[in-house]
Amino acid sequence: MLEIKSLSVSIKNKRILKNISCIFKVNKTYLLMGPNGSGKTTFAQTIMGNPELSVQKGGKIFFGKKDITFAQPEERAQMGIFLSHQSPPSLSGITVFQLLRVALSGKKDALSVKNAITKQAKLLNIPDKMIDRYLNDGSSGGERKKMELLQAAVLEPKIMLFDEIDTGVDVDAMKTIFRFINTYKRNRTVIFITHNNNIQKYILPNEVLIMKNGSIAKKGGADILPIIGKQGFANL
Amino acid sequence: MQIYNSAMLNKPPNTFRYRYGFSMPEKNVYSTGVGLSDKVIRDISRLKNEPSWMLDYRLQAYAFFCSKKIPDWGVNLKNLDLDRITYFIRATQNQTSSWEDLPKEIKQTYDRIGVPEAERKFLAGVSAQYESEVVYESMQKELKKKGVVFCDMDSGLRQYPEIVKAYFATLVPFSDNKFAALNSSVWSGGSFVYIPKGVHVNMPLQAYFRMNAPAFGQFERTLIIADEGSFVHYIEGCTAPVYTKDSLHSAVVEIFVQKNARVRYTTVQNWSKNVFNLVTKRAQVQEKGIMEWIDCNLGSKATMKYPAIYLKGKSAHGEVLSIAYSGKNQHQDAGAKIFHIAPHTSSRIVSKSISKSGGRCTYRGSVSIARGAEGSSAFVTCDALLLDGKSRSDTYPRMRIREKQARIHHEATTSKIKDQELLYLQQRGIKKIDAEGLYINGFIEPIVKEIPLEYSIELNRLLQVEMSHHGG
Repeated sequence: MLEIKSLSVSIKNKRILKNISCIFKVNKTYLLMGPNGSGKTTFAQTIMGNPELSVQKGGKIFFGKKDITFAQPEERAQMGIFLSHQSPPSLSGITVFQLLRVALSGKKDALSVKNAITKQAKLLNIPDKMIDRYLNDGSSGGERKKMELLQAAVLEPKIMLFDEIDTGVDVDAMKTIFRFINTYKRNRTVIFITHNNNIQKYILPNEVLIMKNGSIAKKGGADILPIIGKQGFANL
Repeated sequence: MQIYNSAMLNKPPNTFRYRYGFSMPEKNVYSTGVGLSDKVIRDISRLKNEPSWMLDYRLQAYAFFCSKKIPDWGVNLKNLDLDRITYFIRATQNQTSSWEDLPKEIKQTYDRIGVPEAERKFLAGVSAQYESEVVYESMQKELKKKGVVFCDMDSGLRQYPEIVKAYFATLVPFSDNKFAALNSSVWSGGSFVYIPKGVHVNMPLQAYFRMNAPAFGQFERTLIIADEGSFVHYIEGCTAPVYTKDSLHSAVVEIFVQKNARVRYTTVQNWSKNVFNLVTKRAQVQEKGIMEWIDCNLGSKATMKYPAIYLKGKSAHGEVLSIAYSGKNQHQDAGAKIFHIAPHTSSRIVSKSISKSGGRCTYRGSVSIARGAEGSSAFVTCDALLLDGKSRSDTYPRMRIREKQARIHHEATTSKIKDQELLYLQQRGIKKIDAEGLYINGFIEPIVKEIPLEYSIELNRLLQVEMSHHGG
């Protein structure tokens, strides 16, 4: 469970997030929506401990009962929080195996990491040659998103944030991605972040949060999605 | 005058600190004391029972050394006090040929760097240098059967005086530079290798070097002759304890690659951070021969080393693959020199440097293609990686092309690890220091994969240790 209390965040003295409070529970799927520039990615990066973002006094992030407001990014990841990036970088000289082997050192041996990658890559239709080359080196947007999912599947996090997993992805890849997430989400917390209303074709969220100008403007069930489809975010 | 025992070093044993590695109490049998003079050189030569031509050569080299100024380019040599260095120490009285015969302290030292273990596993031969002299060497029967000579240079001079005289200093004359002259006047130890025609030595020949006395320079001299159609891989790995005084390591290596022969020479240099490492390495390659220098410089306070290759025979090939790492207060000034003299010769230089915590790496290279070396090609690529804003990298590539029918390719990159990419790795659960390590492994991988496995593991481990020393 992830709990956000009175969270205000700024970058270089510019306030981006204002007084956000919300709870993300186990075995539930959340949809965080909002127009471009509303603060969604900043929210995800704050949860993941991006050092460029400063949390204002009084704001708290709890993972279970543990206060992680000022924990290092790697500590959060090791606890079981995973962020699938909006634009995953390409890393020269580092393969996904090398990355995951280091990330899981002390938890899984190299061979199990290798086997897990092979298994998950098959489920995601990722070709072997893409696994062997440097991470995201020359990859398309869709391929990069699949590699994010692959990492999530091998790392087995408790909370997964998907920042714009649906952008830059073709229809076939969308189907693969969401089929994968839907089978994988059991006993985990899943948070989708998007500005795209089409996502409802692929998932059914337990709760929808609408973010505008750095605040949560509205919370509701999946039933508010058709309204957004018709009216956009403007009138919420 | 001969002074015995280590009393003259007026230093109690075991009081010096070191960071990794170790250092054993000194039990020196003979030392020339600090400083250098004609007399010291005569003493060295007499102790070794050398032929008179070698003594003459040493003395001529010494005169040249005295006439030359310390170079004012490359690394800062201001703190190098040549008068405070001991130029010769004999660690044991006699060469010993078996492990059991070695003194206990030396055995312990080697135990920790794993010589006997490595030997048990798969070494073809070990020649280990303790202080200025090789005291332990072992060769497997196979090498002898094949007619391969692998011994220390002093023994080489005694047992094969004609061969040594024919080749010694013909590639690196003492007049080459001040430190080659210094080595020529006081050299001791090093390896002498001769590979007969058509013989392939399948396992690498390895030599371990160890400096174990304060402010004590090590001046090994290595001569490798690979006869026609032969192959050998020679590995030189250095580690040294840290001392309070400045130390000097100044080696000369000469390699003769005959027709159709191939020599690969791998160095993993990890001298302690007070050592000046000033080395002259040169190879000459005949028709269709191949020379490969693989040079990894991690340690030392300052290094100046530019392995050179003379491509003298038609279709000869030369490669210099190097990795340099500079941390706090370190300067690696390294590179390569290639001379294309014959037609259809080819060369490749790949240089990778990493600077961190204010360290400085310099690539200094030169490629010359002589008139008449038509159809020759040279490929140079140098990549520098800076881990922070206070570290430094410089590139001085020089190309001298006198032949129109030649192809040259040069590229250089300087990159910094992007914060965004480091953060990405951290957000996957990887500590910043390990994320940098992953980066560096990827950066140097093209060279590391050319190094035998046990050395590449060691290299990666050493880099990790270095990185963690300087903090995240």
